[in-house]
Amino acid sequence: MDENVNVNDKLSDIHIDALKEIGNIGLGNAATSLANMLNKKVDMKVPNTKFVSMVETMEMVGGLEEVVSCVALRVEGDITAQVLFVFDEKSSYYLIDMLMGMDKGTTTQMDEVCQSAVKEIANMLTGAFLSAISTMTGLKIKPNVPMFAFDMLGAVLSTSLIEGGYVDDHILVIEAVMFEKEKNINGKFFFIAKKESLNKLFSALGISV
Amino acid sequence: MIKKTVVRIFNSTTVDRWMKEIIVGIADYKTLNAPNKIITLGLGSCVGLTLYDPNLKVGGLLHIMLPDSKRFNKVDKPAKFTDTGVPLMFKELCRKGAKASRLQAKIAGGAQMFSGRDKNFSMNIGEQNVNAVKQALKKLGIKLLADETGGNHGRTMILDLNTGAVTIRMVGSPLKVI
Repeated sequence: MDENVNVNDKLSDIHIDALKEIGNIGLGNAATSLANMLNKKVDMKVPNTKFVSMVETMEMVGGLEEVVSCVALRVEGDITAQVLFVFDEKSSYYLIDMLMGMDKGTTTQMDEVCQSAVKEIANMLTGAFLSAISTMTGLKIKPNVPMFAFDMLGAVLSTSLIEGGYVDDHILVIEAVMFEKEKNINGKFFFIAKKESLNKLFSALGISV
Repeated sequence: MIKKTVVRIFNSTTVDRWMKEIIVGIADYKTLNAPNKIITLGLGSCVGLTLYDPNLKVGGLLHIMLPDSKRFNKVDKPAKFTDTGVPLMFKELCRKGAKASRLQAKIAGGAQMFSGRDKNFSMNIGEQNVNAVKQALKKLGIKLLADETGGNHGRTMILDLNTGAVTIRMVGSPLKVI
């Protein structure tokens, strides 16, 4: 395990801005792919880019009992990270309806087919996000197979961070909100990485660490 | 710092008494006495442990994340780990007069929330947490009264310090009192 990083490691504003930019470009690309897939206009905002502890992450998110679907993908290659997609219950069903070409309101519970659909969307979004970063930095990064959970936000978010090994240290959290024009797809995206991986990212971008 | 949310509910039958519901965040604990309630929201692989002394109507709730602090170089929050968190809350309760022989322990959580085929996702942390808590209780000589752990559901845990009853809230299931 890599516990050698100082807990109080902070990132400068320049570094945070660079990461915000990465988030914007990567997610812009992801939004475009989702829009193409659904044939709808999809926008994204990146309201939060923070370098915080896990406990702070949980506080930042709030609504810990809200029912959500969550896809967690570990990212491997030149950097290691974890990507999380969190959609609230209604948005999950709406996404599935759109993806399957069904009328809105058809899906009302999360069965195995629906799980696969949400995983597939997350896979595609992650691929688009990572390929944008890869192009920008020249780093080789690829996503692993997706893990899925459908339950209380607090339970899935904490568990994904614990089981993914992001319990110590500070982590980068890029929080993004996706929305589709007719109706909000209330989705949150988290890119979670430790300091070592971020340093590699900065070096690749030509920003001094 | 953890923000402490205190919800005050006006109790109409006892006009002069205010009942507090205190929320315990992840990797934290609280001890309190009747007529209050302590709540922790959304336990996944984490384990919630309540200890309650029925004689004094005093108790505590701990929300632990990991089984063993010795696997880590630094322990910034002792309540994060079972081996450091359980004795911590126990000592605080003892300072309030509780006795190990009277304490009733109840646990919830330790679920496996995710399904999938990524082998590097350490999926048995919930189980490890549960085992570690049971061991820690045995060491302190505290009896385990109720065990609502495992499975693949998130849980919210509410300790009523009037009675020591613990209510478990899960998505899509009726409330369960243990």
